[in-house]
Amino acid sequence: MTGAAVRSVLGRDLRLASRRPIDAFLPVVFFLVAGSLFPLGVGPEANVLRQIAPGVVWVCALLSAMMSLGSLYGGDYADGSLEQMLISAQPTLLIVCAKALAHWIMTGLPLILVAPLLGMLFDMHSDAIQTLVWSLLLGTPILSLVGGVGAALTLGLRNGAVLILLLVLPLCIPVLIFGAGAVANVDMGLSPSGHLSLLGALLLLTLLGAPVATSAALRISV
Amino acid sequence: MISSQHDGSLLRIKNLTGIRGTEKLFQGIHFDLQSGQAVWLRGANGSGKTTLLRMLTGISVPEVGEILWNGETLAKSEAFRRQLVYLGHSNGLKDDLTALESLQFLTTVHGRSSEAPALEEALQKMGVFHRRHLPVRMLSQGQRKRVALARLALETQPGVWVLDEPFDSLDDSGVAVVTQLLETHLGRGGRVILTSHIPFKIEGVDIRTLQLEKRRAP
Amino acid sequence: MKTRPRFFTFAAPSRFYRLAGLLVPWLYGVAAIFAVAGLYIGLFVAPTDATQGEAYRIIFVHVPAAWMSMLLYMAMAGWAAVGWAFNARLASMLARAIAPTGAAFTFLALWTGAFWGKPTWGTWWVWDARLTSELILLFLYLGYLALVEAIDDTRRADQAGALLAVIGAVNVPIIYFSVRWWNTLHQGATISMTAAPKMANTMLTSMLLMTISFWAYAFAVTFARTRAIVLERERQAEWVHGVVVPLESRKP
Repeated sequence: MTGAAVRSVLGRDLRLASRRPIDAFLPVVFFLVAGSLFPLGVGPEANVLRQIAPGVVWVCALLSAMMSLGSLYGGDYADGSLEQMLISAQPTLLIVCAKALAHWIMTGLPLILVAPLLGMLFDMHSDAIQTLVWSLLLGTPILSLVGGVGAALTLGLRNGAVLILLLVLPLCIPVLIFGAGAVANVDMGLSPSGHLSLLGALLLLTLLGAPVATSAALRISV
Repeated sequence: MISSQHDGSLLRIKNLTGIRGTEKLFQGIHFDLQSGQAVWLRGANGSGKTTLLRMLTGISVPEVGEILWNGETLAKSEAFRRQLVYLGHSNGLKDDLTALESLQFLTTVHGRSSEAPALEEALQKMGVFHRRHLPVRMLSQGQRKRVALARLALETQPGVWVLDEPFDSLDDSGVAVVTQLLETHLGRGGRVILTSHIPFKIEGVDIRTLQLEKRRAP
Repeated sequence: MKTRPRFFTFAAPSRFYRLAGLLVPWLYGVAAIFAVAGLYIGLFVAPTDATQGEAYRIIFVHVPAAWMSMLLYMAMAGWAAVGWAFNARLASMLARAIAPTGAAFTFLALWTGAFWGKPTWGTWWVWDARLTSELILLFLYLGYLALVEAIDDTRRADQAGALLAVIGAVNVPIIYFSVRWWNTLHQGATISMTAAPKMANTMLTSMLLMTISFWAYAFAVTFARTRAIVLERERQAEWVHGVVVPLESRKP
């Protein structure tokens, strides 16, 4: 019974996204546009670009992931479906996990697929791009999970979108440091395994803590 | 019509106080809701009716007072949540899903059977069967209400129904259908508490009235 | 905070209001005295540093401010959590009152950090691990303030703030660790605040005195702010009418 409910939340969110495909693509488009701004601002010299690439791609991924957070719970809050989900006998924890998973599939996964493209624009070496993808694979779920907390705390607030950024970005700084650091290491010829392990550890910690925090936040906000 | 099925479960409301901001909306609310009973919650706009209803669903925790289902607080009682049906101000329908899909989601989340034939029959009863494959955003206010109310038509258990303005946006035929649903529900031993600014009558049932006036218990 | 035989006596807003009102002037006094003492020792008595000259003296404000910023964040998170867990109104009010002061100390620490950096290393800002962590701490404070200000419903604001503050508190070690990691990897010879002059006794004394001064100041300001919040939130209560009306009658 519970599994069916989780699948239905996940399925519903994905179905809703498929009915608004433009909305679903916006974060990815933003990712590419924002990333492309840097060479225009910094100059086209390949060496410089290659050096700043890990940081730039990661920051753009971070911001893109944050963009769609407003609608993570906002839509459900407005039309009363969130209320129904919270009132039901389903454990809030599972609903939260389903939502975070849906967000990652709709935002994180596309970013991971498109990131190599941006990497090529910055003339990154192929092993650097490979590490980039790995770091994003570990890091974007963390962003979805932490973002969920921010989204739940700012439900229905006037400046919710910007407020989420202010709340969530500081908490995501470790992810940024380890993610970009892993790629930078590879650029320098060092092993990224230290960074990636730390990223993995962060992911585990977040998996344990964020859904609980998000459930509490939903109870507070609704 | 005398209720032939009596569920011994008791919904007890004790010393409930409703606060919005620093304003006390109501206090000292006491009542029991027995099997087969209906309560009509009345009061002026802003008197706290919706606040009280939200407390009854467990989504809002009262600062003072408690609500017990068979002796357990609502927060702890999974049994309560499993048999609760709440229809709030907003319908809980997604604009981009069809009427049928929306209803299906709600029934699944609430652990009810979501077989298409049963859902379609419920929509038929509510008079929106012909709209079932349209996205909700294309339905009128009244039609959306009917889709939301279709959940009631699917219920077979004598549970607790908490309804916020169920007759809102409905025409006469809609009101008649809903009244019929309430009758059936109470007849099998269910409980109802609702708000309505439209007067209504339920055949064979004495409707208790709970009047909320600011800062005074009835 | 004080521990008294009946701890929850002063959990009542009215009693807190009166007690805090009595204490605030004394606290300001203590803050002033210790500040004078600390600054005197720091500016005139402590020896000149061999490498950094006179400019290093800014640490007598910078370090205590940084300590206070971290301490106050923990206090804020702690009281907010107590208020949330036990539905204790005064605890929540205290947490809200601490926040602006904590943010102010954080800003002071960053500002004085910049003034230290300029004459010493030639830049207004150094991405040193501790200074960077301090900057992130400022963001955490600002996030808390922004969140509680954005929510109109008092109870929701207090609870949301408490959750955010606790999450922040839990994350502070993680953030600090990651920033240290980042810093040591990116800078070979670390230019950092930890390369501060070796502490002579007088320097430590001065910092200690300044810390006590800041602590007293933080208490004073927090208490004063809490009193204002108490009046605002408890305005329906009888005792508040007794306090507020006489003031109003003095208005022209």
